Amino acid sequence: MSLRYILQRLFYGFLLMIGVVVLNFFLIHAAPGDAAEVIAGEMGGITEEMMAQIRARYGLDQPILVQLGLYLSQIMRGDLGISYHFNQPVTALIAQRAGPTILLALTAQILAMVIGVVLGVLASRKPQGPLSGFVSIFSTVGYAAPVFWTGLMLVILFSVVVPIFPVEGMVSARFRGNGLEYALNVAHHLVLPASTLAILFLAQYARLSRASMIEVLGADYVRTARAKGLGEASVTFRHALRNAVLPIMTVAGIQFGNLISGALLVETVFNWPGMGRLAFDSVLRRDYPTLLGVLFFASAVVVIANLITDLSYRLADPRIRTGGR
Amino acid sequence: MAQTDTITAPEAISPMREAWGQFLRNRPAVFGLILLTVIIGFVLYGRYIFGGDPYQIVWGPLTAPGEREGILLGTDFLGRDILTNLLKGGAPTLTVGVSAALLTVVIGIAVGATAGYFGGWIDDLLMRLTEFFQVLPALLFAMVLVTLFSPTLFTIAFAIGIVSWPPTARLTRAEFLRIRELEYVTAARSIGATNGRIIWRVILPNALPPLIVSAALTVGVAILFEAGLSFLGLGDPNSVSWGLMIGQNRNYLLEAWWPVAIPGIAIFLTVFAVSLVGDGLNDAFNPKLRSR
Repeated sequence: MSLRYILQRLFYGFLLMIGVVVLNFFLIHAAPGDAAEVIAGEMGGITEEMMAQIRARYGLDQPILVQLGLYLSQIMRGDLGISYHFNQPVTALIAQRAGPTILLALTAQILAMVIGVVLGVLASRKPQGPLSGFVSIFSTVGYAAPVFWTGLMLVILFSVVVPIFPVEGMVSARFRGNGLEYALNVAHHLVLPASTLAILFLAQYARLSRASMIEVLGADYVRTARAKGLGEASVTFRHALRNAVLPIMTVAGIQFGNLISGALLVETVFNWPGMGRLAFDSVLRRDYPTLLGVLFFASAVVVIANLITDLSYRLADPRIRTGGR
Repeated sequence: MAQTDTITAPEAISPMREAWGQFLRNRPAVFGLILLTVIIGFVLYGRYIFGGDPYQIVWGPLTAPGEREGILLGTDFLGRDILTNLLKGGAPTLTVGVSAALLTVVIGIAVGATAGYFGGWIDDLLMRLTEFFQVLPALLFAMVLVTLFSPTLFTIAFAIGIVSWPPTARLTRAEFLRIRELEYVTAARSIGATNGRIIWRVILPNALPPLIVSAALTVGVAILFEAGLSFLGLGDPNSVSWGLMIGQNRNYLLEAWWPVAIPGIAIFLTVFAVSLVGDGLNDAFNPKLRSR
């Protein structure tokens, strides 16, 4: 994998982000009402002085292209504007909330991939067996249930029937402790939200890895491996799975945007203090700078995740690694 | 011994009819189709049987299902009849689902067909655009659109459509790239068919089967999407919908499960039925599976 390729991808990711900014800009201007009002949010308590400040800051009396330039350069400097509702810079708000969302999304992703691949591999060994049947039924069911509803049903189950996991927040109220104790407390709170989100994607990974394993297990090199007298475990994991994992990685990259969308809904169910809550609160308060800031940041996360997937895909598959584009 | 006496040519069946026959032999798919028909029937005509005003308070709040005669599925946190709301709330969910899916398919096919057919820089440009829309977290972008512009059924369907088309565009492009190299396309071109005619009359009909499957699955995605937005309170404020019912009653979840569980089951069954039909269509159109 050449440095040139990495730079090319980075540049491309950068262009995508510029695209998101331009889109944000035009959305503000396309919305009904004065742009300054849109930025201030449709809430009371905004003084005429603050409005004048906003107009000056965003150059709202300038031609539209100049305004776009101002907006772009502002965001390049890491300034996503000010939330007039929270009375804080949007970047500070996002910095507080990004960690919990990424923790939730990554845990769910890893959980879904690991369990999904294990189920899929086991099912692929007997394509007509009961486990295969279970995987295909479960994948249709897991996909059809709205994720927020699954979460609410888990809340009932675990707060009324078997109260073993906390159903709200990220840390216990009045929790004092640090280090390991704190991490364990967070992990305990993470169980239900991460499982809810994982259920949504688990089934897809199980189905995909089953299909891709069945295909790979029929390949010549697997037959060769068997003919050499290798054990079943070695054939399955060292020869077949390594190749079957490629399509799973591709899907994991494509799914990342959906993962973030799912995380937003799950956060509102479990009161998880992440960007989803922030987005939801800013929708209620019509706090556009925050909402657009979250959109910008979440898109950046997806761009970075895609970049990592793309690069690791090339590392995992030597056929692409040397071939260039 | 040669048998030369009776050789009859097999009766010609159109591919669509063949696929339909295949579909009917697929038990889960037929079950899905029946389930879907029943749900649509209930949503369209249920009010003639269990009619009533969804906003009317019929009994005490959070009455359990079957606790009082005549209130089959219980009441919600305000004492409104859940069954009446369920029947009323299905219409916006299904309407938005279907129209968003239609929009998705229209944009997806337009972009994908143009990119795949013309290739070159047009393809590059359109595929960059597709990737751009794939990067935007769909739900968040739809939230922004619905918040900036008022949340009517039209805005919601538009928001869902505008964020969901990239997979359809990619699929259409792949099909067009494959088909445009086939002999019958060259033949059509050699007799002077215009680009428009080749795209519409020659390639598109042959690319249709996977697109129909994808359209069916998109309906499910769009219904879930609409449910998510209404759950967050971003749906059309002037209409009841399944997602909204869940969102409004969730604060009373620990006292009463049914006002939350029941609309969720309705969404689940609808999407489940749609995806069974989609899978059935997929199998029916897939020639590799036909010989079963």
